[in-house]
Amino acid sequence: MVDRSTVLHVAELAKIELREDEVEKFARDFKKILEFFDKLDEIDPDVPPTYHVLPLKNVFRKDEPKESLPRELVLMNAKHKEEGYFKGPKVVE
Amino acid sequence: MISVAEWKERVESEGALNCVEKLMKEVKKNRYNSFITVTEEIALSQAEEYEKGKLKGKLAGIPVAIKDNISTAGIRTTCASKMLHDYVPPFDAHVVERLKEEGAIIVGKTNMDEFAMGTTTETSYFGVVRNPRDESRVAGGSSGGSASSIAGGETVLSLGSDTGGSIRCPASFTGVYGLKPTYGLVSRYGLIPYANSLEQIGPMAASLDDLALLLEVIAGRDQRDSTNAGREFRFEFVEKDFKVGIVKEMKANEKVMAAFEEFVEKLKKVAKVKEISLPSLNYALPAYYVIAMSEASSNLARYDGVRYGYTLEKLDSWRKFFAKVRAEGFGEEVKRRIMMGSFALSTGYYGKYYLKALKVRTLVINDFKRAFESFDILISPTMPDVAFKIGEIKDPVTMYYADVNTVPANLAGIPALSVPLLEVDGLPVGVQLMGNHFSESALISFGKIVEERVGKVEV
Repeated sequence: MVDRSTVLHVAELAKIELREDEVEKFARDFKKILEFFDKLDEIDPDVPPTYHVLPLKNVFRKDEPKESLPRELVLMNAKHKEEGYFKGPKVVE
Repeated sequence: MISVAEWKERVESEGALNCVEKLMKEVKKNRYNSFITVTEEIALSQAEEYEKGKLKGKLAGIPVAIKDNISTAGIRTTCASKMLHDYVPPFDAHVVERLKEEGAIIVGKTNMDEFAMGTTTETSYFGVVRNPRDESRVAGGSSGGSASSIAGGETVLSLGSDTGGSIRCPASFTGVYGLKPTYGLVSRYGLIPYANSLEQIGPMAASLDDLALLLEVIAGRDQRDSTNAGREFRFEFVEKDFKVGIVKEMKANEKVMAAFEEFVEKLKKVAKVKEISLPSLNYALPAYYVIAMSEASSNLARYDGVRYGYTLEKLDSWRKFFAKVRAEGFGEEVKRRIMMGSFALSTGYYGKYYLKALKVRTLVINDFKRAFESFDILISPTMPDVAFKIGEIKDPVTMYYADVNTVPANLAGIPALSVPLLEVDGLPVGVQLMGNHFSESALISFGKIVEERVGKVEV
């Protein structure tokens, strides 16, 4: 079930470029990990899923402006920047 | 190992600056590769402040090391990844704010598995951590540096994080104390996320008293973390006839099991002990990995090389740039988990893996609920083995199996404590104590009672 094309498809979804040797290695690893996951096939629990152990609910705060991080702090870890903005890669070819 | 009480005595007789200078010499040697970043200047200036009487609070003048996935303003925070090797956070994590408010001296940022993904601290971009009990062995993971810095006498207290056992495993392997608190007790604000619904920041220390002290400081209300329970923690000694359950499904290898059974026999003389079966735990490990990897694939999507982190010299088209930055910035285990998570969440597999795993999580919670109707504490060996030799485990799935006893507590969000109570082949192994939500005081108290009545193990 796990072949080169599966690994390349998943790498595409995860946005990670793979070298040829990695494709082979991950194909072997994925097979083992999926066999490990297949233990879950032994049961079919009739219970609701638990996404989170705490009873979380969405709480909206008042829509009031608050102080944000100063621009120089926000930009301090970025290599590509210009005139106080992040510079990103081309989105439209 | 240096306890808080011992450190205070030293400071009393030699002065804080002298003591911190001596300690920083050891930290800088980095004998076990416990540290990624050493904050000598900060530590010395804090020691001076302490001598001037300006550092006040519960941890005044006490050295603390911080795992390198916890944000420290102005101090490099790398997650042990090439992706963040030069990242400097603009803000402090909530727990770091608390440490500073209580006068702690920050000695450095500790080594770990890359993005906290691992059981041995061998996936760190900055190299493996060596176990102070036997330098040919790993210190455990992912908070390996936080554990070895205590075991090796390089700090007094340290902070780790625990997603599936990452505090308890290295605590067990190095013979220190480590606690994964109840989910929500400690704010995760400023913890660089890997698997949000599972991970908690927690204390590591040389004694149970010290562990309780550090937990008192870091626990508490924080509005910036939507998963914060909004509760404070004050340690109160719980004195009662504890009913103790031995979890049948939590196993270890022959030697560890023999030591554990010997311990249980002694325990029977001081507490009511019975075996209990939690059948859902047979499925907890794969369910845990499906959930952790799925959350990782979503959380680590933020690393695109644009706002922070590893980047390329030139900007290319978005698709190529993004995929190349991530190819070069992430290590093998991180790539494996992101991709497996993307797979588990993809069309056609969501129900088979992710949804099923979340249902198993419900079963695990129900089993624990049932168990805590009859028992105060559940116990098991923390790890199924002693610390591995460096390089011994080559296969990822074999590595995942080492987490079998620790992941159920994360799935259920209950607190779990590793106490160094076993000795196998001259190496330490922890006993794991698990309790109901917010029962940290009972766990620590029970640990103290056991140490007093059954005895400590010095390895």
